[in-house]
Order: sequence, then C-alpha cells, then structure tokens
Amino acid sequence: MSALTQSTPGAAQSDAASEKELRPPSYWPFVVPALVVVIAIIIFPWVFTIWMSLNEWKVGSSTTFVGLSNYLRLTSDPRFIEAIGHTLVYTILSVLLPLVLGTFAAVVFHQKFPGRGFLRGVFIMPMMATPVAIALVWTMMFHPQLGVLNYLLSLVGIPAQLWVFHPATVIPSLVLVETWQWTPLVMLIVLGGLAAIPSEPYESAQIDGASIWQVFRFITLPLIMPFLFIAGMIRMIDAVKSFDIIFAITQGGPGSASETINIYLYSVAFSYYDLGYGSAIAVVFFLLIVLLAAVMLYARQRMLWTEIASGT
Amino acid sequence: MTPRQIIGKIGLWFSVFVIVSPAILFFLWMLSLSLKFEIDNAAYPPVFFPEHIAWKNYADVLASNRFLTYFINSLIVTGSATLLALLVGVPAGYGIARMAAHKSAIVILIARITPGLSYLIPLFLMFQWLGLLGTLVPQIIIHLVVTVPIVIWIMIGYFETTPMELEEAALIDGATRWQVFRHVALPIAKPGIAVAFILAVIFSWNNFVFGIVLAGRETRTLPVAVYNMISFDQLSWGPLAAAALIVTLPVLLLTVFAQRQIVAGLTAGAVKGG
Repeated sequence: MSALTQSTPGAAQSDAASEKELRPPSYWPFVVPALVVVIAIIIFPWVFTIWMSLNEWKVGSSTTFVGLSNYLRLTSDPRFIEAIGHTLVYTILSVLLPLVLGTFAAVVFHQKFPGRGFLRGVFIMPMMATPVAIALVWTMMFHPQLGVLNYLLSLVGIPAQLWVFHPATVIPSLVLVETWQWTPLVMLIVLGGLAAIPSEPYESAQIDGASIWQVFRFITLPLIMPFLFIAGMIRMIDAVKSFDIIFAITQGGPGSASETINIYLYSVAFSYYDLGYGSAIAVVFFLLIVLLAAVMLYARQRMLWTEIASGT
Repeated sequence: MTPRQIIGKIGLWFSVFVIVSPAILFFLWMLSLSLKFEIDNAAYPPVFFPEHIAWKNYADVLASNRFLTYFINSLIVTGSATLLALLVGVPAGYGIARMAAHKSAIVILIARITPGLSYLIPLFLMFQWLGLLGTLVPQIIIHLVVTVPIVIWIMIGYFETTPMELEEAALIDGATRWQVFRHVALPIAKPGIAVAFILAVIFSWNNFVFGIVLAGRETRTLPVAVYNMISFDQLSWGPLAAAALIVTLPVLLLTVFAQRQIVAGLTAGAVKGG
C-alpha cells in the first residue's frame, strides 16, 4: 500500500524523474488480490497435480512416492491409448467441420439483409445455451425408435441409424452436436476478419469479371486466413477438452467407443478415485494439447513461408 | 433489379435459411417436447403440433420441492463467483494494462488450455481436508477458475483502449492511483465491465463438470440437477425437456438481449487468445 500513498509533499514537488520512478510499482496493489486468487486456484493446483502424479494416491488409503511409475503405467494402458485415438478423431472432425461451415456462415452474415442482427443472435444461441440441457434434447432426438432425426432421414429415404447407440456412429454423432454448437464461434471470428477487408480488391475483381467462387478463393480466403487459424486453434483447444456433451449423452459409451481422454480422466479420478494416476493423465493430457497447438503453429508458419516463396 | 441480382437475392436468403434453421428447429423442437404429454412424445411419426398442450410439465418441474433449492444454489454459486471475479479481476485488468505486463497473460492462457478436471483433482482434496464438502463454498471457489480469467482477459483488453490523458491529468492534480482508478478509469470502463459480467455469468451458469464432482444432494446446481433427472427419468421426455428449457432460458434470453456485448467479448477474447 505504500506505493499508493505517494502524494507526500516531497514527492509532489519533485521533478518528473521521481514520478517516473514511482510509476511502475504503484500499480501492483491493483494486481495483488487477483494474483492471490490465481495462485490459489490455478497455479497451486497445477503444482499439486504434478506432485500427486508422482505418488500412488488413492482416496481412503495411504500415499506413497512412486516416481514416474504412473507415467509408465500410461504407456501400457490400452484404455488410455484407445482414448487418445478417439480424442484425435473427435478433435480433427470438430475443428474441420465448424471451420468450413463457420466460414460459409460468416460470408453470408457479412452481406446486408433485413433481420440480420436478430438472426445472428439466433444463430449463436447454440454456443451460449447450457450444454447439459442441449445434450438432453439431442439424446431424445438420437433415439432410434422415437427420435425425430430418424424420422427426418426416413422422409428422404435414408434408413434409420443407431446414432450414439452404435460404436461405429457414436463419434460422428457427437461431432454433429459439437459442430452444431460451436460453428457460431468460428462464424463470429471470421466475421471480424471479413469486416477488416478493404473493398478495393473486390471492386477490381468485379471489373475483371471474376466469379463468386474465384473472388472467395483468391481474395477473401487469403485475407481471412489469420482469423481462420485463430478460430481453428480455439476450436482445437475446446474440442480436445470437450466433456459436457460427451459425458451427458454417452458417458463414453457404448462400451468405451466414445471415451476420450477427458472422459477417461474423469473415470479414473472420480469413479475409481485413483487420484495419483488421474493426475498423471491430467499432466500428459495438458502436454498433448500444448503439442497439438505447437503442431498447428508450425503448420501455419510453413504455410506462410511457402506463400512467400511462391510469390503470392 | 436485373435477373442476376434476383438470383443473388434468392441465393442469399436460401443460404440464410440453411444456416439458421438448425438452431431454430432445435429450439422449437425442444419447446415442442416440453409442451407435449407422454402419449404425443412417444408417438411415431413424431407429433410436431400437439392437440393438447401439457403446461403441467412446467408446473411439475417448478413444483418439485428440490428444483427451487437447485435454482437458488445456481444463483448463489454463479452470483458469488461472478462478483468475486469482478472484485479482483477488474482492478487486476487495470493494473496489468497500465503496467503493460503482457507476459502475465500467459497464466490466463494456461488457464484457458487446462482441462477443468485437472483443477478438480487437487482442489477436491483440499476441500475435503478443509471439511468444506457438503456446502456451496467449494463450488463458488472453483467457479472462480472460469470467471476470473474471463474478467481479467476482457478488462485488460478494455483498459488498453481507454485514453490515458484524463488519468494523467488527474495524477498531476494530486489524485492517488486508487482515486484515479475509482473516479476516472472505472466509470469509463462500465461497458467493458458489462461484457465481462455477462460472459462470466453465462459460463459459470452453464458449468457442469465442477458440480458433478463437488455437489452433494443438497448443493446441486441446475445443470447437475438436470443431468441427474436424465438417469432417473429416462422415459418422461416432457418434464425433462421442460426442465432443460427452464435451466437454459436465462442464458438464451441474455444471448438475445445482450448479443452485442457477447459478440464483442467473445471475439476480443478469441482474437487475442490466439
């Protein structure tokens, strides 16, 4: 607090040099309360998780230090390895589909039409609505006998599906929900990018008689690439961690066909109360997300270099 | 209008229809499910417009004695977690913006990347040791994991865009840093605070994963309560859909009425989050 009480007579009369000296520390009191909270609920849990991952730590029995053996156990845990596969498939689909659909939606919402503001509000409702409530209704819609989805399919002559009740279709069905839910976020980000594009390239393209597709492919797409990349990154981070929808609809089933790392982590930590092993999964899971982000950054960098090299 | 313009118009409206209909149809279907008696909900082909409207689905949900408890729990948890986050997060956002301490944003980024379950394991143990399980306190504290980063993130961005001149003038006139913050910076920042408040409320209200681990029978929030209804009431779709709609209705209303703030907050966070 001493930094706040700077207006002593001496300091007030002194020159600008001492005021500058006072400035940097004087903002610290604003940050300290938040820092305490962040240390308590974000940094401390992280450090503690790493420590727990080095221990055999089960609720109701004594803990012993076991070094890296929890991590070694992960490498030969078939359920964990299977979960990585499910997570990757789920994530890749849940990044690509919203990116494509969200870009299309952004291009459409970039046009002027009556009722645009209201319809945009309706369009973003899926991403703001309570995930569990949504999951509940999707579960009813997926119902093989009574669900409305199979009825809609029957109208266009497609045979009834088992949706989330069959191992082969469960992940695509969940991706459908995830895409429905999160395409709006991609739309919003890309829409922000479209707003920043100047109109000159479009005017000259129109004079040259370019088609709508050519305009999109050669003018719009390159210019919104940075925004698509950010949207893809955010989508990846959220899709990897996706929990509510999967847990509420399938709990990882049928069998373990939709068990992602996050769902498996939940079972280990809070169904079997194997907290040490669960912590090891949490650490590896975090590293996997960082790795995926790094791969995406690297790919983006490579793309930029080839663009420069090819002279576009 | 030339024929080409007419075709363009038709194409645009068709595209709008294709894009918006999944959201509209979904929520209409949700409403339809919640207003039908079991006999209509179990019919095939599905009944879209029921002859008799089952208002009793809503009455049943609202009348069940626990629902009110869970609603109040949700209000307390979301309210406390949001207010506490504003209390510590708004000054922090101000301090970080003025100190230009951009590296501190890395902590927020890590918080954004970390799966919620990773916080739960250590904090669950802490709450157990402190004997707090069975009260709402653990949920309020852990919801801060969601609300504090949102508030700090949005406030940093906001304070970076507010002009410094007024604040500098006030400092020269002998105001303390705190007075400058309280009487100059804070009033200007009201729209930013509104954005942070709305997003914190929505994401806290919607949160499910923390409650499912930490909530007991008496301390469930609404999303957890709805989830528990699924496992017990597998086949009564009407009341279930009604409960789901009641839980998410406050958020949907916020989305429609505060759309501008939500879009501003989400895209600011998004663009900077990369």
